[in-house]
Amino acid sequence: MPVVVDKTKCIGCGACVVECPVEALDLVDGTATVDPAKCKETGSCVTVCPSNALSLEAKAAAPAAKKEDAGAAKEFNAKEPLPKAVQDYAKTNAAKSAPAAGGDVWSGVWIIVEYNHGRIAPVSWELLGEGRKLADAIGCELCAVITGSQVDHVITEAFAYGAEKVYVIDDPVLENFRTEPYAEAITGLVRKYQPEIILMGATAMGRDVFPAVATRLRTGLTADCTVLGIDPETKLLQQTRPAFGGNIMATILCRTRRPQMSTVRPRVMAMPARVEGRSGEIVREQQAMTEEEIRTKVLEFIPGDAKSIFLDKAEIIVAVGLGIASQKNLTLVEELADSLGATLACTRGVVEAGWMSHDHQVGQTGVTVRPKVYIAVGISGAIQHLVGMETSDYIIAVNNDPEAGIFRVANYGILGDLFQVVPLLTAEFKKRLQHGVAN
Amino acid sequence: MHFVVCLKQVPDTSEVRIDPNTNTLMREGVPSIINPYDAHALEEAIRLRDKMGGKVTIVSMGPPQAKEALRKAMSFGADRAILLTDRGFAGSDSLATAYILTVAIQKIHAQEPIDIVFTGKEAIDGDTAQTGPGIAQRLGFAQLTYGIKVRDIDKASVTVERKTEGGREVAKALLPALITVEKEMNDLRYATLPDMMKAAVYEPEMWDAKSLPYDTAEMGLKGSPTSVSRIFPPPGRSGGEIIDATTDTKGAIANLVEKVFQENIIMVHPAVKGGRA
Amino acid sequence: MENFDVIVVGGGPAGLSAALSAAKAGMKTVVIERGDYPGTKNVMGGVLYTKATEAVVPDFWQSAPLERPVIEQRYGFLSGDETILAGYRDPAWAQPPYNAHTVLRVKFDRWLAQQAEKAGVMIITETVVEDLLYKGDNVVGVRTGRAEGDLGAKVVILAEGVNAFIAKKAGLAPQMRPDTVAVAVKEIIQLPQEKLEDRFCLEPGQGATIELFGDSTQGMMGTAFVYTNKDSLSIGVGALLEPLIRTKWTPNDLLEALKAKPYVKRLIQGGETKEYLAHLIPEGGYNAMPKLHRQGVLVVGDTAMLVNGLNREGSNLAMTSGKMAGEVAAQCIQSGDLSDQGMSLYEQRMRDSFVVKDLYKYRRLGRFFETHPHFLKVYPEIAANAMHLYFTADETSKKERQKQIMKMVFEKRAKGGLVSDVFGAWRAILK
Repeated sequence: MPVVVDKTKCIGCGACVVECPVEALDLVDGTATVDPAKCKETGSCVTVCPSNALSLEAKAAAPAAKKEDAGAAKEFNAKEPLPKAVQDYAKTNAAKSAPAAGGDVWSGVWIIVEYNHGRIAPVSWELLGEGRKLADAIGCELCAVITGSQVDHVITEAFAYGAEKVYVIDDPVLENFRTEPYAEAITGLVRKYQPEIILMGATAMGRDVFPAVATRLRTGLTADCTVLGIDPETKLLQQTRPAFGGNIMATILCRTRRPQMSTVRPRVMAMPARVEGRSGEIVREQQAMTEEEIRTKVLEFIPGDAKSIFLDKAEIIVAVGLGIASQKNLTLVEELADSLGATLACTRGVVEAGWMSHDHQVGQTGVTVRPKVYIAVGISGAIQHLVGMETSDYIIAVNNDPEAGIFRVANYGILGDLFQVVPLLTAEFKKRLQHGVAN
Repeated sequence: MHFVVCLKQVPDTSEVRIDPNTNTLMREGVPSIINPYDAHALEEAIRLRDKMGGKVTIVSMGPPQAKEALRKAMSFGADRAILLTDRGFAGSDSLATAYILTVAIQKIHAQEPIDIVFTGKEAIDGDTAQTGPGIAQRLGFAQLTYGIKVRDIDKASVTVERKTEGGREVAKALLPALITVEKEMNDLRYATLPDMMKAAVYEPEMWDAKSLPYDTAEMGLKGSPTSVSRIFPPPGRSGGEIIDATTDTKGAIANLVEKVFQENIIMVHPAVKGGRA
Repeated sequence: MENFDVIVVGGGPAGLSAALSAAKAGMKTVVIERGDYPGTKNVMGGVLYTKATEAVVPDFWQSAPLERPVIEQRYGFLSGDETILAGYRDPAWAQPPYNAHTVLRVKFDRWLAQQAEKAGVMIITETVVEDLLYKGDNVVGVRTGRAEGDLGAKVVILAEGVNAFIAKKAGLAPQMRPDTVAVAVKEIIQLPQEKLEDRFCLEPGQGATIELFGDSTQGMMGTAFVYTNKDSLSIGVGALLEPLIRTKWTPNDLLEALKAKPYVKRLIQGGETKEYLAHLIPEGGYNAMPKLHRQGVLVVGDTAMLVNGLNREGSNLAMTSGKMAGEVAAQCIQSGDLSDQGMSLYEQRMRDSFVVKDLYKYRRLGRFFETHPHFLKVYPEIAANAMHLYFTADETSKKERQKQIMKMVFEKRAKGGLVSDVFGAWRAILK
C-alpha cells in the first residue's frame, strides 16, 4: 500500500517531495500528494516529515499495530521502520555525500557587526557569544566582519567580545548604511574567504542587507532565528524561528548551499563577557564599489523614539491599561520602561481615552507583539488584548484584581496596587542595572 | 509612470493555531486575506499613479484560489493583475519565490518599462522580509526597505522616509527602485462602488511556468536551499505564580526581581562602548 | 449610475437562490453582501434539504461541499439525566436522491455563490445597502455605503436575513419582538472520523442528526441539536428570546448545560471546540409573516420570517422562496408589470407551496407552547418517569406497573389538564 498523507497534518513544506527517491510525491495546492503508481514504499518521506503527516499504513490499521507492540510475537514486517543501527548508518553516509557548494571548502563562523550612525548594535556581540558555541561544535574559527567608515575602535571591541579574526572594509562609501555597497562588501568577502556560516542581527539593517547578500550568493537565509544549534552528525546549522505569527516554531536547514545564513533576533542570545586586551588577526580588504556606482543617497537621519518605531520587534515591553487611571500617571510606567530600556505600549482602552496614540496599541486591532519580556501594568486582560501578546516569552502582570484575566497568561502575577508596586519595581530594576543595560 | 505591486494572499495568522496534541497547524476555516502590508503597498502605488499618471500592475504568486485576492486588490483601482500559478512553483522558499516573481516582472518590464516596484515589508505568514530585497537584487533596482512615507517623486528619482533602528532616515534613490512598505505609509481607501463592480468581474491574467523562460532548477522545491526539518509548538510558560504584594509590597517586589534576574528573564548587559543602537 | 434588472440584498442561501433563478431567466443581476464573502456572517444548524437545493442547482451533490448525507434522524427528550429516544434510519438516504445533508455554511455559501457567478450574477462583497432608492412611490434601486454607491434596478429582492434593516425601513418587516425571535448558539467540535462514525453507528461517510427537546432548553420554547459533519459535530441550542430574558439564562449557559447532559457528553467527549457561533432566528411563524411584496420589491428567507421551527427547517424555505422570487421578478420585468398587484404573484405562489402551507399548519404552535409550558418541562419528566418504571426490571407485574405509571401521571398533571393539553397539541401540530 502506498504512503498515506494525512492532509489535516500536512503543512506543505515539501520535505517529502525532495526526499522521495522515485519522485512519487508532489505538492498539489499546498499539500503533499502521492502518486500510488510510482510509490515504492521506501518510507524515506515518512522519516523526514516534520509534522508526522505521512504513514506507510492506512489509518484504520493503526490501532491494531499498537496492540501488537504490547505483546504478541513480532513477525518480520517490511513496512516497519529500520532498526536504529541501520538508520544511523544511512544518516552518516548521507552526511558524507552531502556536497559542499562549488566543491570548495567552506569553513568558519562569521558574525557581521552592525555599526551605523556611530552606534554598534549590541546584538553583534550577542552573536559573537553564540557564534563561539557554534564554532566550537563544528571545530572552526570565529570571525567578525566590520564594514563602515573609520571603524578601528570597533575592531578592538570585536576582539574583546571573542572574535579570533576580524575582516575589515573601511571606506568613506560605507559611512551611512546603504544596501548596495554593504551587500557588495559582504558578498565580496564571502566569495573570497568562504565561511560556512554567517550571522547578523535581525535588525532593520540585518533584515535589509542579508536578503540582498543571500540573493547574490544564491544561498538560503533564515530570518529572525531565536535558537541556533549544530547537528552533531551532519554539522548542519539548525536554525529555529517562530512562524505563523508565533503560533509554531520551525527548525530550518540549508542542506547543500553555502554559506548557511541566519538573522537572529536581538536579545535572545546571552551577552558574552568583555575581555579587555584580546587581539587577533586583522584582514583588510578594499571596497569595490565607488560612490558614482551607488544609486541611493542618505539625505538625512532623524533620531527618534527608536523604541515605539519597532513595537512589534521590541524585546522588552511595558504595557499599560486603564488601571493607570489618568494620563498624568503615565510617568510611572514611563519611568519603569526607562529603567529597563523597554518600549512603552498600551491597551485599546488607553488609546480610546486619548492618553496614548494608536501605534502603541497591542492587541487584535493593534500590533501583535512577541517580546522576551512583557510587563502588563493595570491591564485586566480582555481576550482582544491577550491575542496580541500571549505568545510573549515571559509575562509579568501587575493588577489588584486576583480574578484578572491577565493572570491566566502571566508567568508572574503581582497582586497589589500598581501605584505602590510600580515605583518599587522601577527602583529595584534601576539598582540592579546601574552598571549596564537590560538584556 | 509604471508601478508594479507584488501582493500575496496569506492565511489570517491571527486565526492560525497549533494543535497541542498533534503538533500540527489547524488551518481549517482560517480565512485568506491580502497580506496587510501589501495592501498598503498597493494603496501607495495607486496614489502615486493618480498623482503622476501611468499604470498600476499587480503581480502575485499563488494557487488559483489567489484570484480572489487579486480581484479584491483590483477594487482599489489597479489597472492590471497577473497571477503566477503553477504546480512547479509550489514549495518555493524566499529565494525561489523572488526568482519566480523577478522573471515575471522582467516580462512586464519588457512590455512597459517599470519605474517602481512596491512590496509589503513582509508577509504575515512567513515574516521573513526577504522576497522584496531578493527581487530588487535580481532586477538590479535600488532597494528601500521599511518605507513609511514617499516624500518626493519625479521621473528620475524617489525620496523615501524609512524606519531604521534609532530613528527615521530619508533616502533618495534613482529609478527604477523597489520600495517595501510599512502600514504607516498610508490609510487604505474604501473602494468606490464602480471600482468594486469592475473588480467583481475582472479576470486576472494567469501565467504558468511555461509562459515564461523559467529555469526549473531555480524554482519550487529544487530551487529552494532551505527546508523545514521540524515544527513544534512554542515553549509553554513555566509558572503562573501569583505573588501577593498587598501586605508586604516591598518584600514581595524585591523577591520577584531577584527571581527575574536569577532565571535570566532579564539579563544585565555591560554598557557597550560607543553606545547601543 | 449602473442599472440592473434585479438587485438582491444579501448573499445567503435565499439571496443567492433568488439571484441564480433571476440570472437563469436572463436578468442582469447583482448580489450585494455585507461580509467579506458570502457565508461569512451566516449561521444555521447545518442541515441542507435535497429537494429545495436541487430545484436551485440540479445535481448539486456532485460538486457542492457537503459534509455527510443524513441517513438517520433521532429525536431525544431529555429530563434530568434521563433520555427518551426515538428515530428513523433509512440507508437509502445515503444515495441520490438524498433527503438531506449536513453542511458547514461558510463552505456551502461560497460554493453557491460560485454557481451564481457562473450563471452570470455579479457579486459585490463588503458593501452595505443603506436604503432603497425611490422615484415618487416607486422603488428604482438601492443606495450603498460606498462612494458613487447608487445602483438602479427594476426589482429589489430583500434577502438580508433576520435583521431586515431595509425591509423594516420600507415597512415590509415588523419590528422584532422577544417572542418572535430565537437566539441560537452553536459550537463546532472536532472529532476524528472513525470515532464519530462509531458513536453514531454510521457507515463511513454517512451522517445522522439528533434533535433534543425538554431539558435541553431548560423547558423553554426551543430545541437543541447535534449534527455530524465530516470530522466534527455541530452542537447547538436555540430558545426564544423572551423566556431567556425572563429566566436570565444566557444561550451560552444553555449550551454548557446541554453539553453536560450524560447523553450528550458521551457524544462529544474528547472533541475540541473549533468555532463558536451565535445567531438570531425568526420564530414568529405564519402570524408574524410580513407582506411579502410591494411595488418593485420582494422579501425572501429569514427577512420574511420563513422558518419552520418545529421541523428545524429554514434553509429550504429560504432557498425555495428565493427561487420563486427570482422567477417572479423575471416574469414581472418581462411583462412590464412591476406594480404591487403584479408582484403579488410571488405571494400567491408561496401560498400554493409547502412553505406557507407548513407555516400556516403550525401557526398556533408558538402560542400553544407559551400557554402550555408544561409540555416542554412536565411531559418529558412524566414520560421519562414512565419509561423508568416500565423498563426497570423488578418483581412487579406488568399490570401493577401500568397502574403505577398512571398514578404518577395524574399526580403530575390533573386529568382535566391532560385532556385540554391533548386537544391543544392536536390542534397545534396535527390539524
